[in-house]
Amino acid sequence: MGKKTPLYDSHVAAGARIVDFGGWDMPLHYGSQLDEHHIVRTSAGAFDVSHMTVVDVIGDGALDFLRHLLANDVARLKEAGKALYSCMLNSDGGVIDDLITYYLAPGRYRMVVNAATRDKDVAWINERAAGFNVGISERPELAMIAVQGPRARELAAAVLDSEWREKALALKPFFALEADELFIARTGYTGEDGWEIVMPAERAADFWANFVAAGIRPCGLGARDTLRLEAGMNLYGSDMDETISPLEAGLGWTIAWEPEERNFIGRKPLTAMRADKSRRQFAGLLLEGKGVLRDHMRVIVDGFGEGEITSGGFSPTLQRSIAMARLPAGDYDHAQVEVRNKLLGVRVVKLPFVRNGKAHIKI
Amino acid sequence: MSELPGDLKYTNEHEWLRQEEDGTVTIGITDHAQSALGDLVYVELPEIGQEVESGGEMAVVESVKAASDVYAPISGEVVEVNEELSDDPEKINADPYGDGWIVRMRPTGDDGDTMSPDEYQAFLDELED
Repeated sequence: MGKKTPLYDSHVAAGARIVDFGGWDMPLHYGSQLDEHHIVRTSAGAFDVSHMTVVDVIGDGALDFLRHLLANDVARLKEAGKALYSCMLNSDGGVIDDLITYYLAPGRYRMVVNAATRDKDVAWINERAAGFNVGISERPELAMIAVQGPRARELAAAVLDSEWREKALALKPFFALEADELFIARTGYTGEDGWEIVMPAERAADFWANFVAAGIRPCGLGARDTLRLEAGMNLYGSDMDETISPLEAGLGWTIAWEPEERNFIGRKPLTAMRADKSRRQFAGLLLEGKGVLRDHMRVIVDGFGEGEITSGGFSPTLQRSIAMARLPAGDYDHAQVEVRNKLLGVRVVKLPFVRNGKAHIKI
Repeated sequence: MSELPGDLKYTNEHEWLRQEEDGTVTIGITDHAQSALGDLVYVELPEIGQEVESGGEMAVVESVKAASDVYAPISGEVVEVNEELSDDPEKINADPYGDGWIVRMRPTGDDGDTMSPDEYQAFLDELED
Protein backbone atom coordinates (compact mmCIF):
# COMPACT_ATOMS: atom_id res chain seq x y z
CA MET A 1 0.00 0.00 0.00
CA GLY A 2 1.40 3.32 -1.06
CA LYS A 3 0.71 6.86 0.02
CA LYS A 4 -2.62 8.26 -1.12
CA THR A 5 -3.50 11.73 -2.33
CA PRO A 6 -6.74 13.41 -1.15
CA LEU A 7 -8.23 12.37 -4.52
CA TYR A 8 -7.54 8.65 -4.21
CA ASP A 9 -11.18 7.76 -3.47
CA SER A 10 -12.34 9.90 -6.41
CA HIS A 11 -10.00 7.98 -8.72
CA VAL A 12 -11.17 4.58 -7.50
CA ALA A 13 -14.82 5.61 -7.80
CA ALA A 14 -14.15 6.71 -11.40
CA GLY A 15 -12.76 3.26 -12.24
CA ALA A 16 -9.09 4.23 -12.39
CA ARG A 17 -6.40 1.60 -12.75
CA ILE A 18 -4.15 2.40 -9.79
CA VAL A 19 -0.37 1.94 -9.99
CA ASP A 20 2.57 2.69 -7.75
CA PHE A 21 4.44 5.85 -8.70
CA GLY A 22 7.36 6.78 -6.46
CA GLY A 23 5.61 5.27 -3.44
CA TRP A 24 2.21 6.81 -4.25
CA ASP A 25 -0.94 4.98 -5.36
CA MET A 26 -1.80 6.97 -8.48
CA PRO A 27 -4.24 6.59 -11.39
CA LEU A 28 -2.60 5.22 -14.56
CA HIS A 29 -5.75 5.73 -16.62
CA TYR A 30 -9.53 5.68 -16.26
CA GLY A 31 -10.20 3.32 -19.17
CA SER A 32 -8.20 4.49 -22.15
CA GLN A 33 -4.87 6.25 -21.94
CA LEU A 34 -5.05 7.12 -25.64
CA ASP A 35 -8.43 8.82 -25.28
CA GLU A 36 -7.13 10.79 -22.32
CA HIS A 37 -4.10 11.88 -24.35
CA HIS A 38 -6.23 13.10 -27.26
CA ILE A 39 -8.67 14.95 -25.01
CA VAL A 40 -5.82 17.03 -23.59
CA ARG A 41 -4.56 17.89 -27.10
CA THR A 42 -8.04 18.84 -28.30
CA SER A 43 -10.08 19.94 -25.26
CA ALA A 44 -9.27 19.63 -21.54
CA GLY A 45 -8.06 17.05 -19.02
CA ALA A 46 -7.51 17.11 -15.26
CA PHE A 47 -4.53 15.45 -13.56
CA ASP A 48 -4.07 14.75 -9.87
CA VAL A 49 -0.54 15.94 -9.16
CA SER A 50 -0.95 16.14 -5.40
CA HIS A 51 1.96 13.74 -4.98
CA MET A 52 4.30 16.54 -6.02
CA THR A 53 5.91 18.44 -3.19
CA VAL A 54 5.34 22.11 -2.47
CA VAL A 55 8.24 23.71 -0.60
CA ASP A 56 8.04 27.34 0.52
CA VAL A 57 11.29 29.27 0.92
CA ILE A 58 10.77 32.35 3.05
CA GLY A 59 13.09 34.88 4.64
CA ASP A 60 15.43 37.81 3.97
CA GLY A 61 18.01 35.39 2.64
CA ALA A 62 15.65 33.55 0.25
CA LEU A 63 16.93 35.26 -2.90
CA ASP A 64 20.60 34.71 -2.06
CA PHE A 65 19.92 31.13 -1.04
CA LEU A 66 18.06 30.19 -4.22
CA ARG A 67 20.69 31.89 -6.38
CA HIS A 68 23.19 29.54 -4.74
CA LEU A 69 20.97 26.43 -4.77
CA LEU A 70 19.70 26.51 -8.37
CA ALA A 71 21.45 26.46 -11.75
CA ASN A 72 18.96 28.94 -13.15
CA ASP A 73 18.93 32.41 -11.63
CA VAL A 74 15.89 33.45 -9.60
CA ALA A 75 17.13 37.06 -9.80
CA ARG A 76 15.57 36.93 -13.28
CA LEU A 77 12.18 36.89 -11.55
CA LYS A 78 11.26 40.55 -11.27
CA GLU A 79 7.47 40.43 -11.39
CA ALA A 80 5.43 38.85 -8.60
CA GLY A 81 4.05 35.48 -9.65
CA LYS A 82 6.68 34.78 -12.31
CA ALA A 83 7.88 31.17 -12.55
CA LEU A 84 11.29 29.76 -13.42
CA TYR A 85 12.20 26.21 -14.42
CA SER A 86 15.55 25.06 -13.05
CA CYS A 87 17.73 22.13 -12.17
CA MET A 88 19.07 21.68 -8.65
CA LEU A 89 22.57 20.25 -9.02
CA ASN A 90 24.97 18.38 -6.78
CA SER A 91 28.58 19.52 -6.47
CA ASP A 92 29.56 17.32 -9.45
CA GLY A 93 27.03 19.08 -11.70
CA GLY A 94 24.61 16.10 -11.71
CA VAL A 95 20.89 16.76 -11.44
CA ILE A 96 19.34 16.16 -8.00
CA ASP A 97 15.96 17.26 -9.32
CA ASP A 98 14.27 19.59 -11.77
CA LEU A 99 11.71 21.99 -10.35
CA ILE A 100 9.71 25.16 -10.80
CA THR A 101 10.27 28.16 -8.54
CA TYR A 102 7.61 30.85 -8.25
CA TYR A 103 8.46 34.33 -7.02
CA LEU A 104 5.58 35.34 -4.75
CA ALA A 105 6.93 38.50 -3.10
CA PRO A 106 10.28 39.82 -1.87
CA GLY A 107 11.63 37.13 0.46
CA ARG A 108 8.90 34.62 -0.50
CA TYR A 109 9.35 31.87 -3.05
CA ARG A 110 7.49 28.64 -3.71
CA MET A 111 9.12 25.57 -5.25
CA VAL A 112 7.34 22.52 -6.65
CA VAL A 113 9.58 19.45 -6.73
CA ASN A 114 9.10 15.86 -7.88
CA ALA A 115 7.35 13.26 -5.73
CA ALA A 116 9.86 10.45 -6.11
CA THR A 117 12.74 12.69 -5.03
CA ARG A 118 10.91 14.40 -2.17
CA ASP A 119 12.99 13.12 0.75
CA LYS A 120 16.42 13.69 -0.77
CA ASP A 121 15.35 17.09 -2.12
CA VAL A 122 14.11 18.34 1.21
CA ALA A 123 17.19 16.99 3.01
CA TRP A 124 19.51 18.64 0.46
CA ILE A 125 17.67 21.97 0.55
CA ASN A 126 17.71 22.08 4.35
CA GLU A 127 21.37 21.12 4.53
CA ARG A 128 22.33 23.83 2.03
CA ALA A 129 20.17 26.47 3.71
CA ALA A 130 22.43 26.56 6.74
CA GLY A 131 24.03 29.99 6.99
CA PHE A 132 21.30 31.72 4.99
CA ASN A 133 18.54 33.63 6.73
CA VAL A 134 15.78 31.49 5.34
CA GLY A 135 13.05 29.12 6.47
CA ILE A 136 12.19 26.01 4.46
CA SER A 137 8.73 24.53 4.89
CA GLU A 138 7.21 21.57 3.16
CA ARG A 139 3.47 21.90 2.59
CA PRO A 140 2.03 18.36 2.78
CA GLU A 141 -1.40 19.80 3.66
CA LEU A 142 -1.74 21.07 0.09
CA ALA A 143 -3.11 19.21 -2.92
CA MET A 144 -2.53 20.05 -6.56
CA ILE A 145 -4.64 19.58 -9.69
CA ALA A 146 -3.40 20.33 -13.21
CA VAL A 147 -6.02 21.24 -15.81
CA GLN A 148 -4.49 21.10 -19.27
CA GLY A 149 -5.63 21.51 -22.85
CA PRO A 150 -6.81 24.25 -25.22
CA ARG A 151 -10.14 24.57 -23.36
CA ALA A 152 -8.82 23.92 -19.84
CA ARG A 153 -8.64 27.49 -18.56
CA GLU A 154 -12.02 28.46 -19.97
CA LEU A 155 -13.73 25.39 -18.43
CA ALA A 156 -11.87 25.53 -15.12
CA ALA A 157 -12.52 29.26 -14.69
CA ALA A 158 -16.21 28.53 -14.20
CA VAL A 159 -15.32 26.57 -11.07
CA LEU A 160 -13.38 29.43 -9.48
CA ASP A 161 -14.91 32.09 -7.22
CA SER A 162 -16.08 34.93 -9.42
CA GLU A 163 -13.75 37.44 -7.79
CA TRP A 164 -10.70 35.48 -8.96
CA ARG A 165 -11.96 34.32 -12.32
CA GLU A 166 -10.83 37.25 -14.44
CA LYS A 167 -7.52 37.63 -12.69
CA ALA A 168 -6.80 33.94 -13.24
CA LEU A 169 -7.75 34.16 -16.91
CA ALA A 170 -5.50 37.22 -17.27
CA LEU A 171 -2.41 35.31 -16.11
CA LYS A 172 0.34 35.21 -18.73
CA PRO A 173 2.12 31.91 -19.45
CA PHE A 174 4.52 30.95 -16.66
CA PHE A 175 2.87 33.30 -14.15
CA ALA A 176 0.96 32.47 -10.98
CA LEU A 177 -1.25 34.24 -8.49
CA GLU A 178 -2.33 33.67 -4.91
CA ALA A 179 -6.12 33.67 -4.65
CA ASP A 180 -7.06 33.33 -0.97
CA GLU A 181 -6.42 29.67 -0.18
CA LEU A 182 -5.61 28.86 -3.80
CA PHE A 183 -2.46 29.21 -5.82
CA ILE A 184 -3.11 29.25 -9.57
CA ALA A 185 -0.23 28.92 -12.04
CA ARG A 186 -0.35 28.99 -15.81
CA THR A 187 2.13 26.15 -16.10
CA GLY A 188 2.03 22.47 -16.94
CA TYR A 189 3.70 19.34 -18.22
CA THR A 190 1.78 18.54 -21.38
CA GLY A 191 2.78 21.12 -24.00
CA GLU A 192 -0.72 22.59 -23.83
CA ASP A 193 -2.12 25.69 -22.20
CA GLY A 194 -3.63 25.28 -18.75
CA TRP A 195 -3.27 25.81 -15.02
CA GLU A 196 -1.75 24.00 -12.10
CA ILE A 197 -3.83 24.78 -9.04
CA VAL A 198 -2.59 24.28 -5.48
CA MET A 199 -5.30 24.08 -2.83
CA PRO A 200 -5.95 22.86 0.72
CA ALA A 201 -6.18 19.05 0.68
CA GLU A 202 -9.70 19.07 2.15
CA ARG A 203 -11.04 21.07 -0.80
CA ALA A 204 -9.44 18.90 -3.49
CA ALA A 205 -12.22 16.32 -3.92
CA ASP A 206 -14.84 19.08 -4.42
CA PHE A 207 -12.67 20.90 -6.93
CA TRP A 208 -12.03 17.68 -8.80
CA ALA A 209 -15.74 16.85 -8.97
CA ASN A 210 -16.52 20.39 -10.14
CA PHE A 211 -13.86 20.29 -12.85
CA VAL A 212 -15.26 17.00 -14.11
CA ALA A 213 -18.80 18.41 -14.03
CA ALA A 214 -17.53 21.40 -16.02
CA GLY A 215 -16.42 19.05 -18.81
CA ILE A 216 -12.77 18.47 -17.92
CA ARG A 217 -11.95 14.80 -18.20
CA PRO A 218 -9.91 12.92 -15.57
CA CYS A 219 -6.55 11.82 -16.99
CA GLY A 220 -3.97 9.50 -15.49
CA LEU A 221 -0.21 9.30 -15.32
CA GLY A 222 -0.11 7.26 -18.53
CA ALA A 223 -1.41 10.15 -20.64
CA ARG A 224 0.72 12.57 -18.64
CA ASP A 225 3.79 10.62 -19.75
CA THR A 226 2.95 10.45 -23.48
CA LEU A 227 1.93 14.13 -23.45
CA ARG A 228 5.17 15.28 -21.86
CA LEU A 229 7.19 13.02 -24.18
CA GLU A 230 5.55 14.57 -27.25
CA ALA A 231 6.18 17.99 -25.71
CA GLY A 232 9.88 17.14 -25.31
CA MET A 233 9.77 17.67 -21.55
CA ASN A 234 12.25 15.75 -19.43
CA LEU A 235 11.24 13.20 -16.83
CA TYR A 236 13.50 13.07 -13.81
CA GLY A 237 14.95 9.61 -13.26
CA SER A 238 14.57 8.70 -16.94
CA ASP A 239 16.11 11.55 -18.91
CA MET A 240 18.47 12.79 -16.22
CA ASP A 241 19.64 11.89 -12.74
CA GLU A 242 22.50 12.63 -10.34
CA THR A 243 25.10 11.26 -12.77
CA ILE A 244 23.92 13.41 -15.70
CA SER A 245 24.48 17.13 -16.11
CA PRO A 246 21.79 19.39 -17.59
CA LEU A 247 24.14 19.88 -20.57
CA GLU A 248 23.67 16.23 -21.56
CA ALA A 249 19.93 16.23 -20.90
CA GLY A 250 18.91 19.01 -23.27
CA LEU A 251 18.62 21.45 -20.37
CA GLY A 252 21.56 23.73 -21.12
CA TRP A 253 19.06 26.55 -21.68
CA THR A 254 18.10 26.41 -17.99
CA ILE A 255 21.62 27.22 -16.79
CA ALA A 256 22.17 30.92 -16.11
CA TRP A 257 25.88 31.48 -16.80
CA GLU A 258 25.59 35.23 -16.32
CA PRO A 259 26.48 36.92 -14.08
CA GLU A 260 29.79 35.11 -13.87
CA GLU A 261 30.26 35.85 -10.19
CA ARG A 262 27.11 33.95 -9.16
CA ASN A 263 28.47 30.85 -7.46
CA PHE A 264 25.73 28.24 -7.79
CA ILE A 265 26.23 24.63 -6.72
CA GLY A 266 27.76 22.62 -9.57
CA ARG A 267 28.97 25.64 -11.50
CA LYS A 268 32.64 24.62 -11.62
CA PRO A 269 32.27 21.11 -13.07
CA LEU A 270 29.55 22.37 -15.40
CA THR A 271 31.87 25.05 -16.79
CA ALA A 272 34.45 22.39 -17.65
CA MET A 273 31.79 20.21 -19.30
CA ARG A 274 30.52 23.15 -21.30
CA ALA A 275 33.90 23.49 -23.01
CA ASP A 276 34.02 19.78 -23.89
CA LYS A 277 32.98 19.48 -27.51
CA SER A 278 32.78 15.67 -27.30
CA ARG A 279 30.01 15.68 -24.71
CA ARG A 280 26.86 13.80 -25.58
CA GLN A 281 23.88 15.59 -27.05
CA PHE A 282 20.21 15.15 -26.31
CA ALA A 283 17.71 14.91 -29.15
CA GLY A 284 14.46 13.44 -30.33
CA LEU A 285 14.07 10.26 -32.39
CA LEU A 286 11.23 9.49 -34.77
CA LEU A 287 10.84 5.85 -35.77
CA GLU A 288 10.48 5.67 -39.54
CA GLY A 289 8.56 2.40 -39.70
CA LYS A 290 6.33 0.43 -37.38
CA GLY A 291 7.26 -0.63 -33.87
CA VAL A 292 7.73 1.07 -30.53
CA LEU A 293 10.87 2.68 -29.12
CA ARG A 294 11.32 2.08 -25.39
CA ASP A 295 13.49 3.37 -22.55
CA HIS A 296 17.11 2.11 -22.52
CA MET A 297 17.18 0.86 -26.11
CA ARG A 298 20.56 1.14 -27.82
CA VAL A 299 21.01 3.78 -30.53
CA ILE A 300 23.67 3.25 -33.19
CA VAL A 301 24.94 6.23 -35.18
CA ASP A 302 27.20 5.11 -38.02
CA GLY A 303 30.56 6.84 -37.83
CA PHE A 304 29.76 8.59 -34.55
CA GLY A 305 29.19 5.92 -31.89
CA GLU A 306 26.35 4.75 -29.71
CA GLY A 307 23.73 6.33 -27.55
CA GLU A 308 20.70 5.36 -25.48
CA ILE A 309 17.00 6.12 -25.44
CA THR A 310 16.13 7.80 -22.16
CA SER A 311 12.34 7.99 -22.75
CA GLY A 312 10.55 6.19 -25.53
CA GLY A 313 7.00 5.36 -26.45
CA PHE A 314 4.17 5.76 -28.86
CA SER A 315 3.00 9.21 -29.88
CA PRO A 316 -0.80 9.21 -30.12
CA THR A 317 -0.74 12.59 -31.88
CA LEU A 318 1.79 11.59 -34.56
CA GLN A 319 0.67 7.93 -34.67
CA ARG A 320 4.35 6.98 -34.68
CA SER A 321 6.85 5.93 -32.09
CA ILE A 322 9.06 8.70 -30.69
CA ALA A 323 11.83 8.93 -28.12
CA MET A 324 14.26 11.23 -26.40
CA ALA A 325 17.83 9.99 -26.45
CA ARG A 326 21.34 10.77 -25.29
CA LEU A 327 23.53 10.54 -28.38
CA PRO A 328 27.15 10.92 -29.46
CA ALA A 329 28.35 14.41 -30.39
CA GLY A 330 28.18 15.30 -34.06
CA ASP A 331 26.02 16.43 -36.91
CA TYR A 332 23.71 13.74 -38.30
CA ASP A 333 20.02 13.29 -38.89
CA HIS A 334 19.69 9.54 -39.06
CA ALA A 335 20.43 6.63 -36.72
CA GLN A 336 19.36 3.09 -35.94
CA VAL A 337 17.79 1.68 -32.81
CA GLU A 338 18.05 -1.90 -31.65
CA VAL A 339 14.43 -2.92 -31.13
CA ARG A 340 13.97 -6.49 -29.99
CA ASN A 341 17.09 -7.74 -31.83
CA LYS A 342 16.35 -5.80 -35.01
CA LEU A 343 17.89 -2.55 -36.20
CA LEU A 344 15.22 -0.02 -37.13
CA GLY A 345 15.83 3.33 -38.81
CA VAL A 346 15.08 6.55 -36.93
CA ARG A 347 15.29 10.22 -37.82
CA VAL A 348 17.13 12.42 -35.36
CA VAL A 349 15.00 15.50 -34.75
CA LYS A 350 14.89 18.64 -32.67
CA LEU A 351 12.53 18.61 -29.68
CA PRO A 352 9.65 19.07 -29.15
CA PHE A 353 7.56 16.75 -31.28
CA VAL A 354 4.24 18.44 -30.50
CA ARG A 355 3.22 21.79 -29.01
CA ASN A 356 -0.26 23.25 -28.59
CA GLY A 357 -1.92 20.41 -30.43
CA LYS A 358 0.31 20.65 -33.50
CA ALA A 359 3.18 18.56 -34.82
CA HIS A 360 6.51 20.41 -34.68
CA ILE A 361 8.27 18.00 -36.98
CA LYS A 362 7.55 16.80 -40.48
CA ILE A 363 6.33 13.20 -40.58
CA MET B 1 -15.59 -8.41 -15.36
CA SER B 2 -17.16 -9.54 -18.60
CA GLU B 3 -18.38 -13.10 -19.11
CA LEU B 4 -15.96 -15.49 -20.80
CA PRO B 5 -17.16 -16.91 -24.12
CA GLY B 6 -18.18 -20.51 -23.50
CA ASP B 7 -16.98 -21.93 -26.82
CA LEU B 8 -13.30 -21.10 -26.27
CA LYS B 9 -10.39 -22.71 -24.49
CA TYR B 10 -7.93 -20.66 -22.48
CA THR B 11 -4.30 -20.76 -21.35
CA ASN B 12 -2.52 -19.50 -18.27
CA GLU B 13 -0.72 -17.02 -20.57
CA HIS B 14 -4.15 -15.38 -21.08
CA GLU B 15 -4.71 -16.55 -24.63
CA TRP B 16 -7.87 -18.04 -26.06
CA LEU B 17 -8.29 -20.74 -28.73
CA ARG B 18 -11.25 -21.47 -30.93
CA GLN B 19 -11.51 -24.82 -32.75
CA GLU B 20 -12.78 -24.04 -36.25
CA GLU B 21 -14.77 -26.51 -38.36
CA ASP B 22 -12.01 -26.81 -40.98
CA GLY B 23 -9.59 -28.12 -38.36
CA THR B 24 -7.72 -24.87 -37.84
CA VAL B 25 -7.50 -23.04 -34.52
CA THR B 26 -8.00 -19.28 -34.12
CA ILE B 27 -5.95 -17.66 -31.35
CA GLY B 28 -6.15 -14.33 -29.56
CA ILE B 29 -5.56 -12.80 -26.15
CA THR B 30 -8.22 -12.60 -23.45
CA ASP B 31 -10.10 -9.58 -22.18
CA HIS B 32 -8.08 -9.83 -18.97
CA ALA B 33 -4.85 -9.64 -21.00
CA GLN B 34 -5.89 -6.64 -23.10
CA SER B 35 -7.11 -4.81 -20.02
CA ALA B 36 -3.85 -5.44 -18.15
CA LEU B 37 -1.78 -4.30 -21.16
CA GLY B 38 -3.73 -1.09 -21.73
CA ASP B 39 -4.28 0.53 -25.12
CA LEU B 40 -2.45 -1.42 -27.83
CA VAL B 41 -0.44 0.58 -30.34
CA TYR B 42 1.44 -2.06 -32.35
CA VAL B 43 1.15 -5.76 -33.16
CA GLU B 44 3.95 -7.76 -34.76
CA LEU B 45 2.45 -10.72 -36.62
CA PRO B 46 4.14 -13.93 -37.77
CA GLU B 47 4.57 -14.87 -41.44
CA ILE B 48 1.95 -17.05 -43.08
CA GLY B 49 3.40 -20.53 -43.46
CA GLN B 50 5.65 -20.11 -40.43
CA GLU B 51 5.95 -23.22 -38.23
CA VAL B 52 5.57 -22.43 -34.55
CA GLU B 53 6.32 -24.66 -31.59
CA SER B 54 4.07 -24.70 -28.57
CA GLY B 55 5.53 -22.20 -26.09
CA GLY B 56 7.48 -20.39 -28.80
CA GLU B 57 7.10 -16.70 -29.63
CA MET B 58 4.23 -16.25 -32.05
CA ALA B 59 3.49 -12.52 -32.04
CA VAL B 60 4.31 -9.36 -30.11
CA VAL B 61 1.69 -6.99 -28.79
CA GLU B 62 2.85 -3.56 -27.73
CA SER B 63 0.74 -1.28 -25.59
CA VAL B 64 1.31 2.28 -24.48
CA LYS B 65 3.09 0.72 -21.49
CA ALA B 66 5.19 -2.20 -22.72
CA ALA B 67 5.87 -4.93 -25.26
CA SER B 68 4.63 -8.43 -24.51
CA ASP B 69 5.33 -11.68 -26.32
CA VAL B 70 2.41 -13.82 -27.31
CA TYR B 71 3.44 -17.46 -27.04
CA ALA B 72 1.98 -20.16 -29.25
CA PRO B 73 -0.36 -22.27 -27.13
CA ILE B 74 -0.06 -25.17 -29.60
CA SER B 75 2.41 -26.34 -32.23
CA GLY B 76 1.38 -25.77 -35.80
CA GLU B 77 1.61 -23.83 -39.03
CA VAL B 78 0.36 -20.26 -39.28
CA VAL B 79 -2.31 -20.25 -42.02
CA GLU B 80 -3.73 -16.77 -41.56
CA VAL B 81 -2.94 -13.59 -39.63
CA ASN B 82 -5.24 -10.70 -38.77
CA GLU B 83 -3.71 -8.09 -41.10
CA GLU B 84 -6.16 -5.46 -39.88
CA LEU B 85 -4.27 -5.31 -36.59
CA SER B 86 -1.31 -3.68 -38.39
CA ASP B 87 -3.29 -0.49 -38.85
CA ASP B 88 -5.78 -0.97 -36.07
CA PRO B 89 -4.17 -2.70 -33.08
CA GLU B 90 -6.84 -1.30 -30.76
CA LYS B 91 -9.27 -3.84 -32.25
CA ILE B 92 -7.78 -6.17 -29.62
CA ASN B 93 -8.87 -3.77 -26.88
CA ALA B 94 -12.31 -3.24 -28.37
CA ASP B 95 -13.16 -6.84 -29.25
CA PRO B 96 -10.58 -9.32 -27.94
CA TYR B 97 -12.66 -12.44 -28.72
CA GLY B 98 -13.91 -11.26 -32.13
CA ASP B 99 -12.30 -8.69 -34.48
CA GLY B 100 -9.22 -8.72 -32.28
CA TRP B 101 -8.19 -12.28 -33.13
CA ILE B 102 -4.47 -12.59 -33.92
CA VAL B 103 -3.61 -15.77 -35.87
CA ARG B 104 -5.13 -18.93 -37.25
CA MET B 105 -3.02 -22.08 -37.06
CA ARG B 106 -3.22 -25.60 -38.40
CA PRO B 107 -2.18 -27.78 -35.47
CA THR B 108 0.61 -30.28 -36.07
CA GLY B 109 0.94 -31.72 -32.59
CA ASP B 110 -1.02 -32.15 -29.43
CA ASP B 111 -3.34 -29.63 -27.94
CA GLY B 112 -1.07 -28.12 -25.33
CA ASP B 113 -2.40 -27.26 -21.87
CA THR B 114 -5.69 -25.44 -22.05
CA MET B 115 -8.47 -24.63 -19.63
CA SER B 116 -12.25 -24.58 -19.91
CA PRO B 117 -14.01 -21.22 -19.35
CA ASP B 118 -14.79 -22.23 -15.75
CA GLU B 119 -11.23 -23.28 -15.07
CA TYR B 120 -9.88 -20.05 -16.56
CA GLN B 121 -12.35 -17.99 -14.52
CA ALA B 122 -11.13 -19.77 -11.37
CA PHE B 123 -7.55 -19.06 -12.47
CA LEU B 124 -8.39 -15.34 -12.85
CA ASP B 125 -10.16 -15.23 -9.49
CA GLU B 126 -7.06 -16.64 -7.87
CA LEU B 127 -4.89 -13.96 -9.50
CA GLU B 128 -7.11 -11.23 -8.14
CA ASP B 129 -6.75 -12.46 -4.55
